[in-house]
Amino acid sequence: MLDRTNVIYCYDGTFNGLMCCVFEAYEAKELPAEIKAGEPDQMTFLDVKSIPTIPEKFNRVLASIPRKMGPDALFFLQTAFLSCDTQKELRILEFMETGYDYGTRVMNMPNEPVFCALNKMVLHCEKEAHHLKGFLRFSDNGGALAAVIEPKNCVLPLIAEHFTDRYRNENFLIYDKTHRMALVYSNYVPQLMTDVDFELPETTDQEEYYRALWKEFYNSIGIKERFNPRCRMNLMPKRYWSNMPEMSEELYKPQNAPRPSGLSSFSNSRKKLH
Amino acid sequence: MEMIDKLKILADSAKYDAACTSSGVDRKGGHTAGIGNAAACGICHSFAADGRCISLLKILMTNYCLFDCKYCINRRSNDVPRARFTPEEIAELTYNFYRRNYIEGLFLSSGIIQSPDYTCEQMIEAVSLLRTKYGFSGYIHAKAIPGADKELINRLGMLCDRISVNIELPSQTSLEALCPDKSRSSIFLPMGQITNRIKENSYEIVKYKSAPKFAPAGQSTQMIIGATPDTDFQILRLSQAMYRKYSLKRVFYSAYVPVGDQKLLPSADTKPPLLREHRLYQADWLLRFYGFEAEEILDEKHCDFDPLLDPKCNWALHHPEYFPVEINRTPYEMLLRVPGIGVKSAQKIIAARRYTKLDYSDLKRMGVVLKRAVYFILCKGKRADGLIITEEGMMRQLISASIVKELEENSCGEQLSLFDTPQPTPEDRLKCLTGQM
Repeated sequence: MLDRTNVIYCYDGTFNGLMCCVFEAYEAKELPAEIKAGEPDQMTFLDVKSIPTIPEKFNRVLASIPRKMGPDALFFLQTAFLSCDTQKELRILEFMETGYDYGTRVMNMPNEPVFCALNKMVLHCEKEAHHLKGFLRFSDNGGALAAVIEPKNCVLPLIAEHFTDRYRNENFLIYDKTHRMALVYSNYVPQLMTDVDFELPETTDQEEYYRALWKEFYNSIGIKERFNPRCRMNLMPKRYWSNMPEMSEELYKPQNAPRPSGLSSFSNSRKKLH
Repeated sequence: MEMIDKLKILADSAKYDAACTSSGVDRKGGHTAGIGNAAACGICHSFAADGRCISLLKILMTNYCLFDCKYCINRRSNDVPRARFTPEEIAELTYNFYRRNYIEGLFLSSGIIQSPDYTCEQMIEAVSLLRTKYGFSGYIHAKAIPGADKELINRLGMLCDRISVNIELPSQTSLEALCPDKSRSSIFLPMGQITNRIKENSYEIVKYKSAPKFAPAGQSTQMIIGATPDTDFQILRLSQAMYRKYSLKRVFYSAYVPVGDQKLLPSADTKPPLLREHRLYQADWLLRFYGFEAEEILDEKHCDFDPLLDPKCNWALHHPEYFPVEINRTPYEMLLRVPGIGVKSAQKIIAARRYTKLDYSDLKRMGVVLKRAVYFILCKGKRADGLIITEEGMMRQLISASIVKELEENSCGEQLSLFDTPQPTPEDRLKCLTGQM
């Protein structure tokens, strides 16, 4: 067991850096009060440790994860690390502490608080990634395809494989505006870039043409007798709309119009299973 | 005619087809030429204003039709604008939408022009253009045209992921009354052929790994609910029979939206029976994933769903001899029968109880919804703390308040005019129930 202390760890914000924090926690036998990404903040009364990212250390920790906690644990932790949760680092450390104690069982304990906390973060990331596989929109303004997304979690690594496989013979760019990151796929090589600024170029006539066709399709396919904006908002949250051509106009219309009678909110459990 | 006008007409005529799923087949693009892949879970790309998923470019090749089915907006005798896509237009539009990630693939259906064979050939041409010229390996769902040659349907199936024949109406009498040009056999014949072809193909794939696949995402069908006097029990039994006999992947139910006044159909101001459709989908899930049989959910005496209770809750209330069940011991099949516990929750419970005894707080943390389940379960031999079981309190938890509200609102309006024989409407039954409570 690690002892709870008042120390704050600061690391470089990478997953490997966090693994070095885990190493440090075990070496010093202490559970820090907080783990923060970035430079140490001077304005605190607590002890601050700056944790350097050292390959020998994080490689030892990384190698121990599948050995101790089973083959799925590393991916589980890496996905949790993409979360927007502010406490994710500490939750990951707590989970690993339990994992080193319990062994592979830790991945099969849905009622264990540390597992629940992490699982919630992972599900949030995966759900958002799945949403974006559908709601992301490319524009073709001559040359490469480009898309802008504004996710809460840092989901680019989770959607990269899907899009590089789907558009394997294209060149494309997906820009994550929230995290200023970009996935660039050109000449069959995917690359994840950080600290990027990007603006969509002006739309060409051909792009406008297909957008207009798509909007026409979108407006024709709904059945007006079943109009149900609430159900739509549940299944497709408003925060995605600004980057979707068919929804950008809807964004400014009032959405809480009275519900049509006819119990429509029940008619759309997601009929997705085979 | 401009492309945009055609699209408007042909999407508008296709909108009453319920199926827009892109699920059931996993296909990686890998290093092949072209574009596209498919994910087994299916991906929704947008949601229409009615809250239904848009996953596929759902269009008709044409809405000209030789047939005169009374419930159909594209019937010969209906005066609507008509249009027709060429195969090249369909392929090009699908490709360009797909490239922008608007859609997951194509859902192609069509009115019957010249002859069923000719219509089917045109559809094959569109789909094969898309597959070969554009190297498209995304999802394609095509409607088999009833009456088309077996060989043509076979060719269509080799190009598509899913193929479907609409059964349209739940009984033979309804079909005879409303579709003068279709017969029961013209629907079940191709359905049987497709099922056999899928079976054959599964042997071929075992023998030769690279054998071409015939409709790998299987077969589905659709029927219209509320246009005819068929009962829920008839419908559910029909679905069950089709799942068993034809190994269908899905049966879709489509609440009837009036398409003009006709004396054989509900009047034009009838609202679509969305709650009934919802209950049918719930029961359909019980058949496919929960090990229920149609005869358990409804029977000769209770031919229609209770509008207030979901079918599983209804079953549980009528079978108190099985409850309460002990969460830590009861088998998986029985866990699935507890109201409020679904497939995911049941699996989580099974996984967690391998190493520990579960309590109510554990269940809550795991995300098992206890609102309804709490009346039917025990944890470590005990009821939940402070649970007082009264009939009234229980019903309040089991019935969704919003359903009661809406049913009451609806009952103020005029009664449904369903054929000549008066049928008890959900509103009447609500009055009976609330009177008892």
